[in-house]
Amino acid sequence: MAVKVIAPGLSTTVQDLGRPGYYHLGIPLSGGMDRFALRTANMLVGNPEGAAVLEAVFTGPELEFTAPATVAVTGADLPAKVNGDERPCWEAFPVRAGDRLSFGFLRSGARAYIAVSGGIDVPEKLGSRSTYTLGALGGHEGRALKAGDELPVGAAPGAGGGSVPAALRLSPGTPAELRTLPGLYWHRITEAAGERFFSDIWKVAPEADRIGYRFRGGSPLEFVPRKQPFGAGSDPSNIVDACYPYGSIQVPGGTEPIVLHRDAVSGGGYMMVGTVISADMDLIGQLQPHSPARFVRVTMEQALAARHDRAAALARVRSHLRR
Amino acid sequence: MSIRFTFGGDEHIFAEVSEEMSLEAFFTGLSMTNAVREAGIRGVTEICPANASFQIRFDPDTIRPEDLLAELRSLEAAASKSDATLQTRIMEVPVFYRDPWTHETLMRFRERHQDPTATDLEYAARVNNLGSVEAFIEAHSGQPWFVSMVGFVAGLPFLFQMVERSRQIEVPKYLRPRTDTPKLTVGHGGCFSCIYSVRGAGGYQMFGITPMPIYDPEQKVSYLRDEMCLFRPGDIVKWKPIGRDAYDAALEEVGANRFEPNIRECTFSLAEFNRDMMGTNARLMEVLNGR
Repeated sequence: MAVKVIAPGLSTTVQDLGRPGYYHLGIPLSGGMDRFALRTANMLVGNPEGAAVLEAVFTGPELEFTAPATVAVTGADLPAKVNGDERPCWEAFPVRAGDRLSFGFLRSGARAYIAVSGGIDVPEKLGSRSTYTLGALGGHEGRALKAGDELPVGAAPGAGGGSVPAALRLSPGTPAELRTLPGLYWHRITEAAGERFFSDIWKVAPEADRIGYRFRGGSPLEFVPRKQPFGAGSDPSNIVDACYPYGSIQVPGGTEPIVLHRDAVSGGGYMMVGTVISADMDLIGQLQPHSPARFVRVTMEQALAARHDRAAALARVRSHLRR
Repeated sequence: MSIRFTFGGDEHIFAEVSEEMSLEAFFTGLSMTNAVREAGIRGVTEICPANASFQIRFDPDTIRPEDLLAELRSLEAAASKSDATLQTRIMEVPVFYRDPWTHETLMRFRERHQDPTATDLEYAARVNNLGSVEAFIEAHSGQPWFVSMVGFVAGLPFLFQMVERSRQIEVPKYLRPRTDTPKLTVGHGGCFSCIYSVRGAGGYQMFGITPMPIYDPEQKVSYLRDEMCLFRPGDIVKWKPIGRDAYDAALEEVGANRFEPNIRECTFSLAEFNRDMMGTNARLMEVLNGR
């Protein structure tokens, strides 16, 4: 069984739940940016939740199946079509040998997850099938798909089926609210700048990808004056190059915040004002350029409660699909 | 040296050993990360040493953030007392300074640079009062460098020169980062040199290029079959200036997978280094050159 790539879409990559354990070498986690949608797509087709799927951004690929399979598309509202006939998102549907899966125009969200029963069976690299494009590692030949690629699909493990009703799905609001724990180099900016950072409405910049999401439109940060420490560099936003947490918000030059995501650069020389909490990372993966967003200040207790809520939302999908 | 701990969201603890760079700060961070690894704390998922800081990633479903913080604080006293001695490696990295590829790239991004009328090397020589590019290359390649962090992108080493602070090369980063840097460019920003392991964006000044692969996701290069990334924190590097002919010859060796870098085991003691930097470096050179 295989999936043939007729047209690749803008940037379609193989992703699973990622490659932990190598961040100290600069190799990031990778994996689906919206892990909730990725897990759900796998559940719908009867795969283990961490099986490899295709992540398509803004535009979908066109695919042909060499054997019958069950397919599901979750995440962004990117209408799927089998041989031209539309299929609902967040619902399992069958395909036959020779069927073509294509996509209409994006209606909302940014990234769709296309799961195929059996999972995309590219070789594991460092324990994961995820594509880390910058390092040419994993996925299909370490890169986004191209027309003519043929992706192996594993043996289907069990029966899929069912659908996930809208009430059980998760998606960002307008403006998106990205809950943030201040910290890291927060003390480097003035109190007034910190208040504005959280009250301003920001917009996603066009430079938004798997490495990080850049935001524009808020006030520039004012720094607390200091003599720059040896080795840091001359700009007040410079630090001695250090590790970057996933979700950390760096602000080069104090102007445009960048939230690092699954393909994060593991470190660098820009101060970070805080970190988007783990529960809200999936939402970022569904933001389109120019969409509005706010950073919402939370405490560690609130972050852990949100993480718990997020796990409960996934558990609801699991129990719904088991019925 | 008291470590500043701060949470990076609900999954990371970030620890700043010192605001400024020094080998002392690096060694404190390294002994802390070693202590965390040896402690085998449940819920710790990634341990990342950096130049003058380090970062621990954890699963808050397994260990409460404040409990992990308390564990790290309890390790701090012991770590700061450990003697900073390493069993490590010294390796020679050939560099073709003033190569045509980084030159072509830096000319494309002149409007993002502090001095659009000079090359990166000319600018770096001037701001470090070294008189000429030749003198700058001599200063850059004359004494060894210490790998104080691996990261940014896969396998990229940050290097800190093993000389007195007054002799250390400092160069600002580009005013705005480039969108392109050739693979294997030798760059410099702040007090750190680096080798770009992959082609991509970058803000460091570009001095030259090495023919020696340092990252191989396919694990085909003879000395990268076991580990994709060559460098580890604590490695010591000596740049060897080469010209076009030696560069081309090395590339041919790399192409045929016959290239064997000069890598030797060595010991490094921070106390010995601080007592006698030039003597320590001379001893390391003897190890490198097999004497």
